[in-house]
Amino acid sequence: MKLNELSLTEAQKGLREKKYSAQELVNSCLERIKLVDPKLKSFITVCEEKAQQEAKDADGYLKEGIDNKPLLGIPFSIKDNFCTKGIKTTASSNILKDYIPPYNATVVERLKDAGAIIIGKTNMDAWAHGSSTETSDFFTTHNPWDLSKLPGGSSGGSAASIAADEVIGSIGSETAGSIRQPSSWCGTVGFKPTYGRVSRYGVIAMGSSVDSPGPITKTVTDAATILGIIAGADGRDATASSKKVENYLDNLDKPIKNLKIGYSEKYFQAANKEVAEKVKESLRILEKLGTKIKEIKLFDPQYAIAVYTILQRSEVSSNLGRYDGIRYGQDRTYFGEEAKRRIMLGTYCLSAGYYDAYYLKAQKVRTIICQDFQKAFREVDLVIGPTSPSTALPLGSSKNHPMFGEVADVLVEPSTIAGLPGLNINCGFSGEGMPIGMQIIGPQFSEGLILNAGYLFEQATPELKVKPKI
Amino acid sequence: MKTFIGLEVHIEINTKSKMFCSCSSDHFSKKPNTQVCPVCLALPGALPYPNREAVMDTIKLGLALNCQINLKSKFDRKHYFYPDLPKGYQISQYDQPLCIKGEFNGIKIRRVHLEEDTAKLIHEKAEGGDEVSLIDFNRSGVALAEMVTEPDFHNGQDVVNFLKEIQLVVRYLGISNADMEKGSMRLEANISVGEGDELPDYKVELKNINSFKFVKNAIDYEITRLTELVNKGERPVQETRGYNQATGKTFSQRSKEEAHDYRYFPEPDIPPMKFSEPEIESIRELLPELPKQKKDRLIKDYGISDYYAGILIQDQGRADYFEEACKVEKSDLISAKTIADLMVNKNLDQEFPEPSGIVKKIIELIKKEYAGENEVARAVEKVIQDNSKAVEDYQNGKGQILGYLIGQVQKELKGQGNPGDVNKKLLELIQK
Repeated sequence: MKLNELSLTEAQKGLREKKYSAQELVNSCLERIKLVDPKLKSFITVCEEKAQQEAKDADGYLKEGIDNKPLLGIPFSIKDNFCTKGIKTTASSNILKDYIPPYNATVVERLKDAGAIIIGKTNMDAWAHGSSTETSDFFTTHNPWDLSKLPGGSSGGSAASIAADEVIGSIGSETAGSIRQPSSWCGTVGFKPTYGRVSRYGVIAMGSSVDSPGPITKTVTDAATILGIIAGADGRDATASSKKVENYLDNLDKPIKNLKIGYSEKYFQAANKEVAEKVKESLRILEKLGTKIKEIKLFDPQYAIAVYTILQRSEVSSNLGRYDGIRYGQDRTYFGEEAKRRIMLGTYCLSAGYYDAYYLKAQKVRTIICQDFQKAFREVDLVIGPTSPSTALPLGSSKNHPMFGEVADVLVEPSTIAGLPGLNINCGFSGEGMPIGMQIIGPQFSEGLILNAGYLFEQATPELKVKPKI
Repeated sequence: MKTFIGLEVHIEINTKSKMFCSCSSDHFSKKPNTQVCPVCLALPGALPYPNREAVMDTIKLGLALNCQINLKSKFDRKHYFYPDLPKGYQISQYDQPLCIKGEFNGIKIRRVHLEEDTAKLIHEKAEGGDEVSLIDFNRSGVALAEMVTEPDFHNGQDVVNFLKEIQLVVRYLGISNADMEKGSMRLEANISVGEGDELPDYKVELKNINSFKFVKNAIDYEITRLTELVNKGERPVQETRGYNQATGKTFSQRSKEEAHDYRYFPEPDIPPMKFSEPEIESIRELLPELPKQKKDRLIKDYGISDYYAGILIQDQGRADYFEEACKVEKSDLISAKTIADLMVNKNLDQEFPEPSGIVKKIIELIKKEYAGENEVARAVEKVIQDNSKAVEDYQNGKGQILGYLIGQVQKELKGQGNPGDVNKKLLELIQK
């Protein structure tokens, strides 16, 4: 096995046992990127020299036996909407194509404090507006399982970089689906935490009331490790929760006998047959593990599309106001089609006379959707359903479909607007050999329980541990 | 013809750090762009983190202006494009301001809310002669309280008097220097002149008044201009006008057609604020004695005149100094009135940083000027001789005549008799 193929947990262990050095690990990832990224296009920026230097430093620390840096020497890819001090951060937009931030996002700061090495910044839909990476102002990322297909998005570059073993761990961000949907299409673990569990400081804002940073990884344990490091209160983000962060690793293998898992037929009806069947099969696997599976009623996820679209476009129109042409070198003509569409729709929704009809109404429906989930979680502990209605679609699918993302993300939008945590985990493959994702949703701050269920499912399905051939 | 004036007063809160970041808020005459960070520069990804002190200070101001405090309040985004507003929106408060429905000096206060200041634009000629506009972000994000009154004023002088009171209250609260010249207090006056008693359906927004000196002039000029228009049967246009202090005239800046739609919506980066009644009461307990209360008390407790009290309270430190001096002086030799007199008319307090110093000085002054013991004795003897009838009346029980005799002695001494000494000597000789 090559070093770049290791999981984060394996790499941590190997480095500490001095089976290989951080430099070897980093170089193995850099070689892999050189080999496959011309085809995949996961990365916008690769920080080769910087990463090698940091790996050298990490080896020094490892030699000294420094033990307060759990991610020491671990190569990461970071979605390009996370500000990285001294490293170009573009949000895949032409407006910010040359922008180098003078500061680190809180997530980046915490990863670096823990010893992580940033290998590079990954492609995404421009400003995170999309679910394909096709709205990137630079290029489209390809799916490692089939280069003629999309990786999903907006964190498509991060998911592809994990699926293709270009790095050991990755960070994405989700507004609605941007972690879970590309993870589903690329067969990775992707965890969108509760809104406010992870600080948004330094993440280029999209939908401020929903944006949630989270890990994209090879295993559930890796996701638990990273979440434990990046989660928690932040004096720079007033919406970050001060609730104590659990030790997610401690309870991963706790038996889940008697856990009540709900599912809503509405979510399965929205998915294609192959996806629906595979996720249903997974429910039976969970039943064998001792959980109680129960059908519950949830609103048709379609209602969430309108609510999410109005809230998100409104916030987008406000958040992109700062790119007014005075700074960053590129004026507003550099905005891509999708960004312009969103700015116009959001501006309209917030305009005098329309605010009550659109934004305020959407907020009210949002409250009702939150209540719908609260009701469900009085009956069951977790809810499971397909992550995406389909497996990865062919390149070009999003073109000429302004609502492509909203439809592709229909199954994650309800839990997103309710601020709930949700984990995507691979649960099988289609006839074409494309990964199928299942999502586990829980009440607010139930990250520990979700990871626990995800881990036991992962352990029960070792046959799914396969890698794409690129 | 009736004039209606409502005010919007902006007051920079003097918290140590800015409203949403930890940069220093003390920006006056600092080197441009030296007190900035990702938050107040609105760099991509930066988020606001509200300053609790500034929220408390705004509530204090609201309480001092007898406002109700909204137990549920929130911040909103107010959108407009201007180079001094780097986010493309200002974090302000829209429909749930911290304070509402107050009343101060007979003027109804509509609201007091909290927002952030903008950066500062500097227009100048660069090397080579090009006209350039420069942006200094040191002021960007400084906490700013905005007070809005109802249109309860009818002339410029009342506005000036009110503003001076507001400035004093703000200084007593210790939340701002409220210095118009330095921009830490800024005024916009909404003026309407109409034929009837009803508020007209237009208003002229008057801006750019940078000094107390010009407030009355600017407003009076505008009232005259509007009155002339209305007299001619014209309906004045709704517009924003600036004041040119060189010409003493107002000029049109922006008309209604360019009015903004600010697209307000709740600021998603800051959770709504909630307060309890006991919390508000505990803030109320922190309020100091306010100028008006202090003035009334000085008159009542020290018997000084309304005029002296009014001057002393203009400066909280000076009023405290006065009270301290009165406390130090225990000998009854000098009255509170004398201390107030020498402070107000002779500025004696400027020479002595310590109140005990001024008291010592006053006593010295008095001693030097008082007539000596022998002189007093001679004057008393002379008055007894010249007023034998009055002395007799006194000795027969007409006690009130003593005042007359003291007056005569002082006359003899040209007013330089120490009242204690004169009293003592006189009684010694006539009380048999």
